[in-house]
Amino acid sequence: MTAWLDTLLQGVMLGGLYALFAAGLSLIFGIMRLVNLAHGDLIVLAAFVVLVVTTALGLDPFLAALVAAPLLFGFGYALQHLLLNRTLGRDILPPLLVTFGLSIIVQNGLLQGFSADSRRLGAGALETQSVSLGGGLALGVMPLLTLASAVAAILALNLLFYRTSLGRAFRATSDDPETAQLMGIDNRRIFALAMGVAMTVVTVAALHLGMRANFDPTIGPARLIYAFEAVIIGGLGSLWGTLAGGIVIGLAQTIGARIDPEWQILAGHLAFLTVLALRPRGLFPRAVD
Amino acid sequence: MLETRGLTAFYGDFQALYGIDAALGAGETVAIIGANGAGKSTFLKAITGLLPCLPDAVRLQGAAIGGLAPARIARLGISLVPEGRKLFPSLTVEENLLIGAHGRAPGGYWNLARVYGLFPILAERRRVPSTSLSGGQQQMAAIGRALMANPRVLLCDEISLGLAPIVIRDIYNAIPAIRAEGTSIVLVEQDIVQALAVADRVYCLQEGRVSLAGRPDELTREQIHTAYFGT
Repeated sequence: MTAWLDTLLQGVMLGGLYALFAAGLSLIFGIMRLVNLAHGDLIVLAAFVVLVVTTALGLDPFLAALVAAPLLFGFGYALQHLLLNRTLGRDILPPLLVTFGLSIIVQNGLLQGFSADSRRLGAGALETQSVSLGGGLALGVMPLLTLASAVAAILALNLLFYRTSLGRAFRATSDDPETAQLMGIDNRRIFALAMGVAMTVVTVAALHLGMRANFDPTIGPARLIYAFEAVIIGGLGSLWGTLAGGIVIGLAQTIGARIDPEWQILAGHLAFLTVLALRPRGLFPRAVD
Repeated sequence: MLETRGLTAFYGDFQALYGIDAALGAGETVAIIGANGAGKSTFLKAITGLLPCLPDAVRLQGAAIGGLAPARIARLGISLVPEGRKLFPSLTVEENLLIGAHGRAPGGYWNLARVYGLFPILAERRRVPSTSLSGGQQQMAAIGRALMANPRVLLCDEISLGLAPIVIRDIYNAIPAIRAEGTSIVLVEQDIVQALAVADRVYCLQEGRVSLAGRPDELTREQIHTAYFGT
Protein backbone atom coordinates (compact mmCIF):
# COMPACT_ATOMS: atom_id res chain seq x y z
CA MET A 1 0.00 0.00 0.00
CA THR A 2 2.70 2.45 1.06
CA ALA A 3 4.71 1.43 -1.98
CA TRP A 4 1.85 2.27 -4.32
CA LEU A 5 1.14 5.57 -2.62
CA ASP A 6 4.83 6.34 -3.02
CA THR A 7 4.62 5.47 -6.71
CA LEU A 8 1.66 7.80 -7.22
CA LEU A 9 3.39 10.70 -5.43
CA GLN A 10 6.58 10.19 -7.42
CA GLY A 11 4.53 10.08 -10.61
CA VAL A 12 2.81 13.38 -9.87
CA MET A 13 6.13 15.03 -9.12
CA LEU A 14 7.74 13.65 -12.28
CA GLY A 15 4.71 15.04 -14.09
CA GLY A 16 5.76 18.48 -12.88
CA LEU A 17 8.99 18.16 -14.89
CA TYR A 18 7.10 17.12 -18.02
CA ALA A 19 4.65 19.98 -17.55
CA LEU A 20 7.61 22.37 -17.40
CA PHE A 21 8.94 20.89 -20.65
CA ALA A 22 5.54 21.31 -22.23
CA ALA A 23 4.45 24.75 -20.97
CA GLY A 24 6.57 26.70 -23.46
CA LEU A 25 5.46 24.50 -26.33
CA SER A 26 1.82 24.90 -25.33
CA LEU A 27 2.19 28.67 -25.10
CA ILE A 28 3.75 28.97 -28.55
CA PHE A 29 1.25 26.69 -30.20
CA GLY A 30 -1.64 28.43 -28.44
CA ILE A 31 -0.67 31.91 -29.57
CA MET A 32 0.74 31.45 -33.06
CA ARG A 33 -0.14 27.89 -34.10
CA LEU A 34 3.58 27.24 -34.48
CA VAL A 35 4.68 23.66 -33.90
CA ASN A 36 8.20 24.17 -32.64
CA LEU A 37 10.14 20.98 -33.41
CA ALA A 38 13.25 22.53 -31.87
CA HIS A 39 11.59 22.97 -28.47
CA GLY A 40 13.41 20.03 -26.85
CA ASP A 41 16.75 21.23 -28.17
CA LEU A 42 16.04 24.75 -26.94
CA ILE A 43 15.54 23.26 -23.45
CA VAL A 44 18.95 21.58 -23.73
CA LEU A 45 20.47 24.79 -25.10
CA ALA A 46 19.07 26.66 -22.10
CA ALA A 47 20.56 24.02 -19.77
CA PHE A 48 23.98 24.63 -21.31
CA VAL A 49 23.53 28.40 -20.95
CA VAL A 50 22.73 27.92 -17.25
CA LEU A 51 25.76 25.61 -16.97
CA VAL A 52 28.04 28.20 -18.55
CA VAL A 53 26.76 30.89 -16.21
CA THR A 54 27.31 28.67 -13.14
CA THR A 55 30.91 27.97 -14.11
CA ALA A 56 31.76 31.43 -15.45
CA LEU A 57 30.31 33.39 -12.52
CA GLY A 58 30.62 30.71 -9.86
CA LEU A 59 26.91 30.92 -9.05
CA ASP A 60 24.64 28.14 -7.86
CA PRO A 61 22.18 26.92 -10.52
CA PHE A 62 19.18 28.85 -9.21
CA LEU A 63 20.97 32.21 -9.36
CA ALA A 64 22.51 31.22 -12.68
CA ALA A 65 19.02 30.58 -14.07
CA LEU A 66 17.99 34.05 -12.91
CA VAL A 67 20.90 35.47 -14.90
CA ALA A 68 20.22 33.22 -17.89
CA ALA A 69 16.46 33.90 -18.09
CA PRO A 70 16.68 37.45 -19.49
CA LEU A 71 19.39 36.35 -21.92
CA LEU A 72 17.19 33.53 -23.18
CA PHE A 73 14.16 35.86 -23.32
CA GLY A 74 16.20 38.05 -25.65
CA PHE A 75 17.31 35.03 -27.64
CA GLY A 76 13.70 33.89 -28.05
CA TYR A 77 12.58 37.38 -29.08
CA ALA A 78 15.34 37.60 -31.68
CA LEU A 79 14.78 34.06 -32.95
CA GLN A 80 11.10 34.78 -33.57
CA HIS A 81 11.66 38.25 -34.95
CA LEU A 82 14.50 37.42 -37.31
CA LEU A 83 13.66 33.87 -38.34
CA LEU A 84 10.39 32.24 -37.31
CA ASN A 85 8.10 35.18 -38.16
CA ARG A 86 9.19 34.79 -41.76
CA THR A 87 7.93 31.20 -41.83
CA LEU A 88 4.42 31.88 -40.54
CA GLY A 89 1.60 31.99 -43.06
CA ARG A 90 -1.22 29.97 -44.48
CA ASP A 91 1.12 27.08 -45.26
CA ILE A 92 1.98 24.96 -42.19
CA LEU A 93 5.02 23.32 -43.77
CA PRO A 94 7.66 26.13 -43.61
CA PRO A 95 7.64 26.48 -39.80
CA LEU A 96 7.93 22.69 -39.43
CA LEU A 97 10.88 22.53 -41.81
CA VAL A 98 12.65 25.53 -40.31
CA THR A 99 12.26 24.39 -36.69
CA PHE A 100 13.35 20.87 -37.69
CA GLY A 101 16.46 22.40 -39.23
CA LEU A 102 16.95 24.57 -36.15
CA SER A 103 16.79 21.42 -34.01
CA ILE A 104 19.67 19.89 -35.99
CA ILE A 105 21.68 23.10 -35.89
CA VAL A 106 21.28 23.49 -32.12
CA GLN A 107 22.24 19.86 -31.46
CA ASN A 108 25.32 20.00 -33.64
CA GLY A 109 26.31 23.43 -32.43
CA LEU A 110 26.20 22.16 -28.84
CA LEU A 111 28.15 19.02 -29.78
CA GLN A 112 30.77 21.21 -31.38
CA GLY A 113 30.99 23.56 -28.45
CA PHE A 114 30.54 21.22 -25.49
CA SER A 115 31.33 17.70 -26.84
CA ALA A 116 29.04 14.73 -26.24
CA ASP A 117 29.94 14.47 -22.55
CA SER A 118 27.10 14.20 -20.08
CA ARG A 119 26.72 17.27 -17.87
CA ARG A 120 24.86 18.09 -14.75
CA LEU A 121 23.90 21.18 -12.77
CA GLY A 122 25.05 20.46 -9.21
CA ALA A 123 22.34 21.35 -6.70
CA GLY A 124 24.50 20.49 -3.70
CA ALA A 125 22.73 19.20 -0.59
CA LEU A 126 19.31 19.75 -2.20
CA GLU A 127 19.85 16.71 -4.38
CA THR A 128 19.57 14.28 -1.49
CA GLN A 129 17.28 16.13 0.93
CA SER A 130 13.81 14.79 1.54
CA VAL A 131 10.70 15.54 3.55
CA SER A 132 9.34 12.67 5.60
CA LEU A 133 5.59 12.16 5.47
CA GLY A 134 5.63 9.42 8.11
CA GLY A 135 4.63 5.83 7.53
CA GLY A 136 7.82 5.17 5.60
CA LEU A 137 6.95 7.75 2.96
CA ALA A 138 9.37 10.49 1.95
CA LEU A 139 9.35 13.08 -0.81
CA GLY A 140 12.55 14.35 -2.37
CA VAL A 141 12.93 18.12 -2.00
CA MET A 142 14.15 18.46 -5.57
CA PRO A 143 11.15 16.72 -7.21
CA LEU A 144 8.83 18.73 -4.95
CA LEU A 145 10.53 21.93 -6.07
CA THR A 146 10.09 20.87 -9.69
CA LEU A 147 6.37 20.31 -9.24
CA ALA A 148 6.03 23.60 -7.36
CA SER A 149 7.92 25.38 -10.16
CA ALA A 150 5.62 23.86 -12.76
CA VAL A 151 2.51 25.00 -10.88
CA ALA A 152 4.05 28.43 -10.32
CA ALA A 153 5.05 28.76 -13.99
CA ILE A 154 1.57 27.87 -15.19
CA LEU A 155 -0.05 30.12 -12.61
CA ALA A 156 2.19 32.98 -13.72
CA LEU A 157 1.39 32.35 -17.38
CA ASN A 158 -2.32 32.32 -16.60
CA LEU A 159 -2.03 35.62 -14.75
CA LEU A 160 -0.15 37.04 -17.73
CA PHE A 161 -2.82 35.76 -20.11
CA TYR A 162 -5.93 36.77 -18.21
CA ARG A 163 -4.89 39.78 -16.12
CA THR A 164 -2.67 41.91 -18.34
CA SER A 165 -3.18 43.85 -21.55
CA LEU A 166 -0.31 41.93 -23.14
CA GLY A 167 -2.13 38.69 -22.33
CA ARG A 168 -5.30 40.11 -23.86
CA ALA A 169 -3.34 40.88 -27.01
CA PHE A 170 -1.91 37.33 -26.95
CA ARG A 171 -5.42 35.84 -26.81
CA ALA A 172 -6.84 38.19 -29.43
CA THR A 173 -3.99 37.41 -31.81
CA SER A 174 -4.48 33.71 -31.17
CA ASP A 175 -8.21 34.02 -31.97
CA ASP A 176 -7.91 36.05 -35.15
CA PRO A 177 -4.56 37.50 -36.24
CA GLU A 178 -6.04 39.61 -39.05
CA THR A 179 -8.61 41.36 -36.90
CA ALA A 180 -6.00 41.80 -34.15
CA GLN A 181 -3.93 43.85 -36.58
CA LEU A 182 -6.93 46.08 -37.18
CA MET A 183 -6.84 46.86 -33.45
CA GLY A 184 -3.32 48.25 -33.92
CA ILE A 185 -1.67 45.10 -32.57
CA ASP A 186 1.60 44.32 -34.34
CA ASN A 187 1.42 40.52 -34.65
CA ARG A 188 5.11 40.12 -35.32
CA ARG A 189 6.01 41.88 -32.09
CA ILE A 190 3.39 39.90 -30.16
CA PHE A 191 4.82 36.64 -31.51
CA ALA A 192 8.37 37.70 -30.64
CA LEU A 193 7.32 38.56 -27.09
CA ALA A 194 5.52 35.21 -26.82
CA MET A 195 8.67 33.35 -27.85
CA GLY A 196 10.63 35.38 -25.31
CA VAL A 197 8.17 34.37 -22.58
CA ALA A 198 8.34 30.74 -23.76
CA MET A 199 12.15 30.79 -23.54
CA THR A 200 11.89 32.14 -20.01
CA VAL A 201 9.74 29.13 -19.07
CA VAL A 202 12.20 26.93 -20.96
CA THR A 203 14.96 28.28 -18.69
CA VAL A 204 13.04 27.02 -15.64
CA ALA A 205 12.52 23.66 -17.36
CA ALA A 206 16.23 23.49 -18.20
CA LEU A 207 17.21 24.28 -14.62
CA HIS A 208 15.19 21.33 -13.33
CA LEU A 209 16.26 19.04 -16.15
CA GLY A 210 19.90 19.76 -15.39
CA MET A 211 19.61 19.38 -11.62
CA ARG A 212 17.66 16.11 -11.66
CA ALA A 213 19.48 14.21 -14.36
CA ASN A 214 22.41 14.24 -16.71
CA PHE A 215 22.05 15.99 -20.02
CA ASP A 216 24.02 16.06 -23.23
CA PRO A 217 23.45 17.80 -26.58
CA THR A 218 21.41 14.95 -28.09
CA ILE A 219 18.60 14.46 -25.56
CA GLY A 220 16.40 17.28 -26.85
CA PRO A 221 14.14 15.30 -29.20
CA ALA A 222 13.08 12.87 -26.45
CA ARG A 223 12.10 15.85 -24.21
CA LEU A 224 10.13 17.20 -27.19
CA ILE A 225 8.12 13.97 -27.38
CA TYR A 226 7.15 14.13 -23.70
CA ALA A 227 6.27 17.79 -24.11
CA PHE A 228 4.10 17.07 -27.16
CA GLU A 229 2.33 14.26 -25.38
CA ALA A 230 1.62 16.43 -22.34
CA VAL A 231 0.25 19.24 -24.53
CA ILE A 232 -1.99 16.91 -26.52
CA ILE A 233 -3.26 14.96 -23.50
CA GLY A 234 -4.14 18.24 -21.80
CA GLY A 235 -5.87 19.71 -24.83
CA LEU A 236 -4.26 22.13 -27.28
CA GLY A 237 -4.00 25.65 -26.00
CA SER A 238 -4.95 24.96 -22.37
CA LEU A 239 -2.13 25.66 -19.89
CA TRP A 240 -3.73 23.91 -16.91
CA GLY A 241 -4.48 21.03 -19.27
CA THR A 242 -0.78 20.91 -20.06
CA LEU A 243 -0.01 20.50 -16.33
CA ALA A 244 -2.57 17.70 -16.16
CA GLY A 245 -1.08 16.13 -19.28
CA GLY A 246 2.40 16.19 -17.77
CA ILE A 247 1.09 14.53 -14.63
CA VAL A 248 -0.71 11.83 -16.64
CA ILE A 249 2.56 10.93 -18.37
CA GLY A 250 4.54 11.11 -15.14
CA LEU A 251 2.05 8.83 -13.38
CA ALA A 252 1.93 6.37 -16.26
CA GLN A 253 5.72 6.18 -16.37
CA THR A 254 6.22 5.59 -12.64
CA ILE A 255 3.37 3.08 -12.48
CA GLY A 256 4.80 1.31 -15.53
CA ALA A 257 8.25 1.29 -13.96
CA ARG A 258 6.81 -0.09 -10.74
CA ILE A 259 5.34 -3.08 -12.60
CA ASP A 260 8.48 -3.64 -14.62
CA PRO A 261 11.34 -1.14 -15.02
CA GLU A 262 11.42 -1.83 -18.75
CA TRP A 263 7.88 -0.50 -19.05
CA GLN A 264 8.54 3.03 -17.87
CA ILE A 265 8.81 4.84 -21.20
CA LEU A 266 6.35 2.54 -22.94
CA ALA A 267 3.68 3.12 -20.29
CA GLY A 268 3.91 6.87 -20.82
CA HIS A 269 3.40 6.50 -24.57
CA LEU A 270 0.54 4.03 -24.04
CA ALA A 271 -1.23 6.50 -21.75
CA PHE A 272 -0.83 9.11 -24.49
CA LEU A 273 -2.23 6.80 -27.17
CA THR A 274 -5.15 5.85 -24.90
CA VAL A 275 -6.10 9.49 -24.36
CA LEU A 276 -5.71 10.17 -28.07
CA ALA A 277 -8.02 7.26 -28.92
CA LEU A 278 -10.69 8.08 -26.33
CA ARG A 279 -10.54 11.89 -26.28
CA PRO A 280 -8.77 13.09 -29.40
CA ARG A 281 -9.17 16.74 -28.39
CA GLY A 282 -7.49 16.13 -25.04
CA LEU A 283 -8.77 16.23 -21.48
CA PHE A 284 -9.39 19.99 -21.32
CA PRO A 285 -9.94 21.26 -24.87
CA ARG A 286 -10.49 24.98 -25.29
CA ALA A 287 -14.08 25.92 -26.02
CA VAL A 288 -13.17 27.78 -29.19
CA ASP A 289 -11.04 26.47 -32.04
CA MET B 1 -9.44 63.92 -43.89
CA LEU B 2 -9.28 60.71 -45.91
CA GLU B 3 -8.87 60.59 -49.65
CA THR B 4 -8.31 57.92 -52.26
CA ARG B 5 -6.94 58.68 -55.70
CA GLY B 6 -7.00 56.10 -58.47
CA LEU B 7 -7.19 53.33 -55.84
CA THR B 8 -6.81 49.91 -57.41
CA ALA B 9 -6.86 46.56 -55.63
CA PHE B 10 -6.34 42.96 -56.65
CA TYR B 11 -7.10 39.52 -55.28
CA GLY B 12 -4.22 37.66 -56.92
CA ASP B 13 -4.69 38.26 -60.65
CA PHE B 14 -8.29 39.36 -60.25
CA GLN B 15 -8.70 43.14 -60.26
CA ALA B 16 -11.44 44.18 -57.84
CA LEU B 17 -11.07 47.98 -57.87
CA TYR B 18 -10.41 50.06 -60.99
CA GLY B 19 -9.27 53.47 -59.79
CA ILE B 20 -11.55 54.73 -57.04
CA ASP B 21 -11.46 58.48 -56.37
CA ALA B 22 -13.25 59.30 -53.16
CA ALA B 23 -12.92 61.82 -50.35
CA LEU B 24 -14.14 62.07 -46.79
CA GLY B 25 -14.15 65.47 -45.14
CA ALA B 26 -13.52 66.11 -41.45
CA GLY B 27 -16.64 65.25 -39.46
CA GLU B 28 -18.42 64.07 -42.57
CA THR B 29 -20.44 60.89 -42.93
CA VAL B 30 -20.20 59.19 -46.29
CA ALA B 31 -22.18 56.19 -47.43
CA ILE B 32 -20.81 53.70 -49.91
CA ILE B 33 -23.49 51.61 -51.52
CA GLY B 34 -23.48 49.02 -54.24
CA ALA B 35 -24.55 45.50 -55.07
CA ASN B 36 -22.77 42.37 -53.88
CA GLY B 37 -19.31 42.17 -55.42
CA ALA B 38 -19.24 45.84 -56.38
CA GLY B 39 -16.02 46.27 -54.41
CA LYS B 40 -17.31 47.96 -51.24
CA SER B 41 -15.57 45.68 -48.75
CA THR B 42 -12.48 45.55 -50.96
CA PHE B 43 -12.35 49.33 -50.80
CA LEU B 44 -12.24 49.20 -46.98
CA LYS B 45 -9.67 46.40 -47.03
CA ALA B 46 -7.37 48.47 -49.22
CA ILE B 47 -7.72 51.52 -46.97
CA THR B 48 -6.99 49.53 -43.80
CA GLY B 49 -3.94 47.83 -45.29
CA LEU B 50 -5.39 44.32 -45.47
CA LEU B 51 -4.91 44.45 -49.24
CA PRO B 52 -1.79 45.96 -50.80
CA CYS B 53 -2.08 49.23 -52.69
CA LEU B 54 0.14 52.09 -53.83
CA PRO B 55 1.26 54.60 -51.16
CA ASP B 56 -0.22 57.62 -52.93
CA ALA B 57 -3.56 55.93 -53.52
CA VAL B 58 -4.68 56.51 -49.91
CA ARG B 59 -4.04 59.76 -48.05
CA LEU B 60 -4.90 60.56 -44.47
CA GLN B 61 -4.76 64.32 -43.83
CA GLY B 62 -2.48 64.61 -46.83
CA ALA B 63 0.00 61.91 -45.75
CA ALA B 64 0.37 58.90 -48.06
CA ILE B 65 -0.60 55.80 -46.07
CA GLY B 66 -1.50 53.31 -48.83
CA GLY B 67 -0.06 49.84 -48.27
CA LEU B 68 1.25 50.43 -44.73
CA ALA B 69 0.89 47.54 -42.28
CA PRO B 70 -2.69 47.28 -40.93
CA ALA B 71 -1.51 47.84 -37.35
CA ARG B 72 0.20 51.10 -38.33
CA ILE B 73 -2.80 52.37 -40.22
CA ALA B 74 -5.00 51.55 -37.23
CA ARG B 75 -2.69 53.53 -34.95
CA LEU B 76 -2.84 56.51 -37.32
CA GLY B 77 -6.52 56.77 -36.45
CA ILE B 78 -8.49 54.62 -38.87
CA SER B 79 -10.71 52.03 -37.16
CA LEU B 80 -12.69 49.39 -38.98
CA VAL B 81 -15.88 47.72 -37.81
CA PRO B 82 -15.37 44.59 -39.90
CA GLU B 83 -18.05 42.77 -41.81
CA GLY B 84 -19.35 39.91 -39.68
CA ARG B 85 -18.29 41.75 -36.50
CA LYS B 86 -15.19 39.59 -35.92
CA LEU B 87 -15.26 39.86 -32.13
CA PHE B 88 -12.57 37.84 -30.37
CA PRO B 89 -14.34 34.69 -29.14
CA SER B 90 -12.04 33.93 -26.21
CA LEU B 91 -12.34 37.46 -24.82
CA THR B 92 -15.22 38.76 -22.72
CA VAL B 93 -17.31 41.67 -23.97
CA GLU B 94 -15.33 44.12 -21.85
CA GLU B 95 -12.00 42.65 -22.97
CA ASN B 96 -13.12 43.04 -26.58
CA LEU B 97 -13.73 46.72 -25.90
CA LEU B 98 -10.41 47.12 -24.09
CA ILE B 99 -8.46 45.50 -26.90
CA GLY B 100 -9.79 48.25 -29.17
CA ALA B 101 -7.74 50.71 -27.12
CA HIS B 102 -4.64 48.47 -27.15
CA GLY B 103 -1.45 50.50 -26.97
CA ARG B 104 -3.27 53.85 -27.20
CA ALA B 105 -2.65 56.60 -24.70
CA PRO B 106 -5.77 57.16 -22.57
CA GLY B 107 -7.50 60.52 -22.65
CA GLY B 108 -9.67 60.46 -25.77
CA TYR B 109 -13.40 61.06 -25.57
CA TRP B 110 -14.34 57.39 -25.91
CA ASN B 111 -13.65 55.10 -22.99
CA LEU B 112 -15.42 52.14 -21.37
CA ALA B 113 -17.90 54.33 -19.50
CA ARG B 114 -18.88 56.32 -22.61
CA VAL B 115 -19.22 53.20 -24.77
CA TYR B 116 -21.44 51.66 -22.07
CA GLY B 117 -23.41 54.91 -22.06
CA LEU B 118 -23.90 54.60 -25.81
CA PHE B 119 -24.87 50.92 -25.65
CA PRO B 120 -26.18 50.22 -22.11
CA ILE B 121 -26.84 46.54 -22.86
CA LEU B 122 -23.08 45.98 -23.18
CA ALA B 123 -22.56 47.16 -19.61
CA GLU B 124 -25.00 44.52 -18.39
CA ARG B 125 -23.22 41.83 -20.35
CA ARG B 126 -19.65 43.00 -19.87
CA ARG B 127 -18.42 39.81 -18.19
CA VAL B 128 -19.85 37.24 -20.62
CA PRO B 129 -17.89 35.79 -23.54
CA SER B 130 -18.50 37.79 -26.70
CA THR B 131 -19.86 34.64 -28.35
CA SER B 132 -22.93 34.62 -26.09
CA LEU B 133 -24.16 38.02 -27.32
CA SER B 134 -27.01 38.29 -29.81
CA GLY B 135 -26.17 39.49 -33.31
CA GLY B 136 -27.23 43.06 -32.59
CA GLN B 137 -25.30 43.15 -29.32
CA GLN B 138 -22.24 41.79 -31.11
CA GLN B 139 -22.54 44.59 -33.63
CA MET B 140 -22.71 47.13 -30.80
CA ALA B 141 -19.62 45.58 -29.22
CA ALA B 142 -17.79 45.72 -32.55
CA ILE B 143 -18.65 49.41 -32.96
CA GLY B 144 -17.69 50.08 -29.34
CA ARG B 145 -14.40 48.26 -29.83
CA ALA B 146 -13.58 50.47 -32.83
CA LEU B 147 -14.55 53.62 -30.91
CA MET B 148 -12.27 52.71 -28.00
CA ALA B 149 -9.33 53.61 -30.25
CA ASN B 150 -10.76 57.15 -30.55
CA PRO B 151 -10.39 57.04 -34.31
CA ARG B 152 -10.37 60.05 -36.59
CA VAL B 153 -12.04 57.90 -39.23
CA LEU B 154 -14.53 55.14 -38.44
CA LEU B 155 -15.13 52.64 -41.23
CA CYS B 156 -18.29 50.52 -40.85
CA ASP B 157 -18.68 47.48 -43.08
CA GLU B 158 -22.30 46.32 -43.42
CA ILE B 159 -23.30 47.00 -39.84
CA SER B 160 -26.94 46.21 -40.61
CA LEU B 161 -26.26 42.87 -42.27
CA GLY B 162 -28.40 40.03 -40.93
CA LEU B 163 -30.06 42.11 -38.20
CA ALA B 164 -33.74 42.72 -37.53
CA PRO B 165 -35.01 46.19 -38.56
CA ILE B 166 -35.63 47.22 -34.97
CA VAL B 167 -32.06 46.31 -34.03
CA ILE B 168 -30.72 48.15 -37.07
CA ARG B 169 -32.60 51.23 -35.91
CA ASP B 170 -31.01 50.96 -32.44
CA ILE B 171 -27.57 50.77 -33.96
CA TYR B 172 -28.12 53.64 -36.36
CA ASN B 173 -29.42 55.71 -33.47
CA ALA B 174 -25.84 55.67 -32.14
CA ILE B 175 -24.40 57.33 -35.25
CA PRO B 176 -25.30 60.94 -34.30
CA ALA B 177 -23.47 60.59 -30.96
CA ILE B 178 -20.38 59.35 -32.79
CA ARG B 179 -20.56 62.18 -35.32
CA ALA B 180 -20.98 64.68 -32.53
CA GLU B 181 -17.39 63.99 -31.44
CA GLY B 182 -16.12 65.05 -34.85
CA THR B 183 -15.38 61.52 -36.04
CA SER B 184 -15.57 61.08 -39.80
CA ILE B 185 -17.59 58.03 -40.77
CA VAL B 186 -17.71 55.77 -43.81
CA LEU B 187 -20.77 53.53 -43.93
CA VAL B 188 -20.61 50.65 -46.36
CA GLU B 189 -24.15 49.40 -46.78
CA GLN B 190 -26.46 47.33 -48.88
CA ASP B 191 -29.37 48.81 -46.95
CA ILE B 192 -29.67 51.97 -49.10
CA VAL B 193 -32.51 53.62 -47.22
CA GLN B 194 -30.71 53.40 -43.91
CA ALA B 195 -27.44 54.64 -45.37
CA LEU B 196 -28.94 57.59 -47.26
CA ALA B 197 -30.84 58.74 -44.20
CA VAL B 198 -27.67 59.47 -42.20
CA ALA B 199 -25.08 60.22 -44.90
CA ASP B 200 -23.92 63.67 -46.00
CA ARG B 201 -22.75 62.24 -49.30
CA VAL B 202 -22.98 58.93 -51.05
CA TYR B 203 -20.82 56.99 -53.48
CA CYS B 204 -22.26 54.13 -55.45
CA LEU B 205 -19.85 51.45 -56.61
CA GLN B 206 -20.41 49.13 -59.50
CA GLU B 207 -17.93 46.53 -60.67
CA GLY B 208 -15.02 48.23 -58.96
CA ARG B 209 -15.74 51.75 -60.21
CA VAL B 210 -17.60 54.75 -58.83
CA SER B 211 -20.85 54.80 -60.79
CA LEU B 212 -22.49 57.71 -58.96
CA ALA B 213 -21.54 60.28 -56.34
CA GLY B 214 -23.48 63.10 -54.73
CA ARG B 215 -25.67 64.33 -51.90
CA PRO B 216 -28.57 62.02 -51.08
CA ASP B 217 -31.17 64.79 -51.52
CA GLU B 218 -29.82 65.67 -54.97
CA LEU B 219 -30.00 62.14 -56.34
CA THR B 220 -33.16 60.66 -57.79
CA ARG B 221 -34.23 57.10 -57.11
CA GLU B 222 -33.79 56.40 -60.77
CA GLN B 223 -30.19 57.60 -60.80
CA ILE B 224 -29.39 55.42 -57.78
CA HIS B 225 -31.17 52.44 -59.31
CA THR B 226 -29.14 52.77 -62.50
CA ALA B 227 -25.86 53.26 -60.66
CA TYR B 228 -26.62 50.33 -58.37
CA PHE B 229 -27.69 47.73 -60.88
CA GLY B 230 -26.09 49.12 -64.04
CA THR B 231 -29.22 48.81 -66.13
